Amino acid sequence: MDKRLSMLKEIQALEFFAIELNLFLDTHPGDRAALRDFYAIREKLFAAVKRYEEMYGPLTVFGNAPAQCPWPWIEDPWPWEIEYK
Amino acid sequence: MWIYEKKLEYPVRVYRNDIGMARFLMAQYGGPDSELSAAVRYLTQRYTMPTNKAKGLLTDIGTEEMAHWEIVATMIYKLVKGVPAKQLREAGLGAHFAEHDRAVYPADAAGVPWTAAYIQATGDPIADLHEDMAAEQKARTTYEHLIQLTDDPGVKDTLRFLRQREVVHFQRFGEALNDIQALMDSKKHF
Repeated sequence: MDKRLSMLKEIQALEFFAIELNLFLDTHPGDRAALRDFYAIREKLFAAVKRYEEMYGPLTVFGNAPAQCPWPWIEDPWPWEIEYK
Repeated sequence: MWIYEKKLEYPVRVYRNDIGMARFLMAQYGGPDSELSAAVRYLTQRYTMPTNKAKGLLTDIGTEEMAHWEIVATMIYKLVKGVPAKQLREAGLGAHFAEHDRAVYPADAAGVPWTAAYIQATGDPIADLHEDMAAEQKARTTYEHLIQLTDDPGVKDTLRFLRQREVVHFQRFGEALNDIQALMDSKKHF
C-alpha cells in the first residue's frame, strides 16, 4: 500500500499543478511560459497515471488499465476509503 | 459531460473521530457558501457568459468545486466512521442520525437542507461574477473559522488547501470580470 500511496500522491501533486495552470490559462490564454509548463506537466502526469493504472487498476473508466476480468473499475478502495499516512 | 477520476484532488487524513468537527464541516458541504453551492452556481452561470474566458473559467472552477465537495464529504465520512449512535446523539448529531444515519446528507451545520435559494444566476455577467467573488471570500473566511475549530493536523492540512483554492479562484474571477468590463467599454459608442 505504501508504494501505491506514494504513486497516488505523485499523481495528485502533478494533477494539481496542471489544474492550477489550467485556470491561469483560462484568463491568460497567450502566456507562453504557462503554456510550456502546462504541456510539460501534462506529459509527466500522463506517464504517472499510466504507470499507476498498469499496476493498480483504472483511475478513469477510459484509462490505460489493462483489460481484465472481472471488471476492475469497482474494486476498492474508493477515494473516500483510502487511509493516507 | 464529466468523467469521474477515482481519486481525491488532495489527500484527506483524519487522525481520530471528531463528531463535533464533522458537524461544523457540514457548513462547507451543504451550507450557503458550501462547495456544493459553488459548483452549482458556476456551472449554472456559465451558459450566459459573454466571453470564452469566462465560459472556460466557470466550467473549470465549477468542476474543481465538485472535487472539493468530495474532499469535504470524505472528511465528514472519516470523522464519524464507526462512531456509535449514542455518541452521535451526545455530540448533537442525534437528529441527523434519526433521519440519515451516517449518510453524508447535504445540509448545513445546523441541519438545514441545501437549497438552490443559496445561489443566484442573473444572466448579467457583471452581477454574476461579483457574486462569485463574494462567494469565494465567504468560503475563505468559513475555512479560517473551521481551521480554528480543530486540533487534528490532518484536518487542518486539508482545510488549508481548500482555503488557498478560494483565494486563487477569487483572483481568476477578478481577471474574468476585468476582461468582460473591458469588452463592454470597447462596445460603447458615443
